[in-house]
Amino acid sequence: MRNLLIFITKYNAFFLFLIFEIASLIIYVKYNSFQKATFINSANNVTGNMYAQVDKLHSYLQLSEVNDSLAHENARLRNQLKTSFYVDTIAKHKVVDTIYKQQYEYIGAKVINNSVSQRSNYLTINIGKNASITKDMGVICNAGVVGIVRYVGDHYAIVETLLHKNTIVSAMLADTKDRGSFSWGDNLDPHMGLLSNVSNNAVPKKGELVVTSDLSLFPAGIVIGKISNTQSKTSGTFLNMDVAIAVDFGKLQYVYVVYNRFAKEQLGLEAQENK
Amino acid sequence: MGRVIIVNIIRFILLVFIQVFLLKNIPLFNLSTPYLYILFILLLPFETPNILLFLLAFILGLTIDAFYNTPGLHAASCVLLALVRVLFISITVQKEGFDNEPEPTVSVMGFRWFFTYALVLTLFHHFFLFNLEVFRFSEIQYTLTRVVLSSIFTVFLMLISGLLFYRIRERK
Repeated sequence: MRNLLIFITKYNAFFLFLIFEIASLIIYVKYNSFQKATFINSANNVTGNMYAQVDKLHSYLQLSEVNDSLAHENARLRNQLKTSFYVDTIAKHKVVDTIYKQQYEYIGAKVINNSVSQRSNYLTINIGKNASITKDMGVICNAGVVGIVRYVGDHYAIVETLLHKNTIVSAMLADTKDRGSFSWGDNLDPHMGLLSNVSNNAVPKKGELVVTSDLSLFPAGIVIGKISNTQSKTSGTFLNMDVAIAVDFGKLQYVYVVYNRFAKEQLGLEAQENK
Repeated sequence: MGRVIIVNIIRFILLVFIQVFLLKNIPLFNLSTPYLYILFILLLPFETPNILLFLLAFILGLTIDAFYNTPGLHAASCVLLALVRVLFISITVQKEGFDNEPEPTVSVMGFRWFFTYALVLTLFHHFFLFNLEVFRFSEIQYTLTRVVLSSIFTVFLMLISGLLFYRIRERK
């Protein structure tokens, strides 16, 4: 027993190393899937607040660019207003349209923390449970798809961006409606992604838009990017192609969280089917 | 003794701030990301008891993890770094024959020793960190490039900060 104690005290560095290393590896393996609630992330109050403070300073430097993009978006939306169309028929009667009811709602949010250079990139946004954000909601911005909400705190939420190896979005070619799945390329370039599993009879053209498909949790037709290379590692029965991502993740300031009113119903039904 | 504790607390906070709010945003070509915060563990005094050293490394790692959204990743790398530090110091430094409160800084230990010390420890830390993050061998070449380039960047920043404080001490 005494010898054992002497042994342990003599090599105490190694045993301390073992204890702490095992502790941290357990944390790493257990929480890294990001499915479980954990304090050690940037949605808790301390880190979230600090990021919010620093972001206030940072956002001043980008005010002009944000202004530009908002002005562009306003102009685009104004084009769709009823008042910007003139009426060329005389018949005037009001129609209550019962075919269209709102399915998607958009909640504006500000990005307070962002990364593009890591292997797994996350955004932190400044709304959480207080704005009834829940897990697995989609996030978009005026340029296109941003990512998926993964973890929700009381006042902040963490978004897994497209620049994350676990983020896979169902996508399609805008012109031909051929479906595939979009994921981040494996060379960690924040501007390039990969559209894979497109059926072989599709004829993709360079520069064609890639948008979200009607199977994704986003509204159909939101831009993901443009095809930049049609011959990328074609393997077997499916086509793969490189996609230049539309959103510049390094400059994200404002995003919209997409709330799908029927998501719960759809997921519930599909879960029943799998039983 | 009290002065050493205060200096180290300030250093801890300062390095975490620099890492999280400044260095996190300046990757070079997505290849070279500096992790200067490990300088805190490198500069702890020689006489730090092992238990405190490992505990501080663990806490520092978790603090960085909280900001980087990677629970446990930096903590594991920092604990490994602490072990390498203990081994490196026990091999290259005689415990006896120091004035009061010796610290492994450039001014105390000389440029050559500090350069080797920083380079070896940074390489170990970065190698473990990047490989644990990627966790597959198929990209080993790309990962090693990132390890080497990031280590160069980190050691460069360490030497700059070392020389910065070196001068201040000499003037005293």
